[in-house]
Amino acid sequence: MPLILPLLLAVVLFCIGVYGVLARRNAITLLMSFELMLNAVNLNLIAFDAWRVDGLATGQTLAVFVITLAAAEIGLGLAIVLLLFRGHGHVDADAARDLAEQERQETPELQEKGAAT
Amino acid sequence: MTTALFAVAGAVAVVAAVLVVTSRRIVHAALWLVVALGAVAGCFGALHAEFVALVQILVYVGAIVVLVLFALMLTRAPTNPLPNLTTGRSPFAAVVAGVLAVLLGTGVVIAFGNEKVDPVPAGSATDVGTAIFKTWVLPFEVLSVLLLAALIGAIALSQRKKAKED
Repeated sequence: MPLILPLLLAVVLFCIGVYGVLARRNAITLLMSFELMLNAVNLNLIAFDAWRVDGLATGQTLAVFVITLAAAEIGLGLAIVLLLFRGHGHVDADAARDLAEQERQETPELQEKGAAT
Repeated sequence: MTTALFAVAGAVAVVAAVLVVTSRRIVHAALWLVVALGAVAGCFGALHAEFVALVQILVYVGAIVVLVLFALMLTRAPTNPLPNLTTGRSPFAAVVAGVLAVLLGTGVVIAFGNEKVDPVPAGSATDVGTAIFKTWVLPFEVLSVLLLAALIGAIALSQRKKAKED
């Protein structure tokens, strides 16, 4: 089997995941796109492990680790999504702007502090 | 034989992945994710990584997709088609993904265009287990600490009282 076949499949899956992360609106679909990207990485690891047989199963071990990390990531991610839903009543990633940088309002008090320091 | 098997599984994976990111019904997207992840597990099997393929099915299809479906239920995701599930900047996103695919694809073809891979049976549970507990035991322990941290984090997030109104 040419090595290029799994590598190109991984490239295609990763870019589909990138498209999903950029274009989707629901936070849960964003997490699903992350899973696709992590799978592309796993495919790369397995392909290079089969190409460069080193007797230590490096790529396969790392792929199992990445799968475990993905499980931890989706658990935390869904906890955050549920918290967002409880607080705001939606899971729209575009509308969740609580952490966005606000326009700084110059109050006299702040200006005084700035002058003092 | 393995090449044909891999090509079939890869084609299924790509089609299912495209449906995951373009489907207008969010529950359908989650179910297409099952197909995509299962097809990738088939690719692992074609590359003689049977243990990883089984772990993939067990963890991804068995745990992660079920978790996603539960989250969809808990957030009252509608089952009817949603026209605005994809934002208006999807053409821009498609351009970015396409350019990235061309860049990565050319890089991969230039670097590994002539390499052949000959999968040997080195992916059984015995082999991978021996490698993990002989060579990679320290990363394994670090990973278990990380899993514990993620568990505590998820519990802390879900048990948090609602913040006071400012």
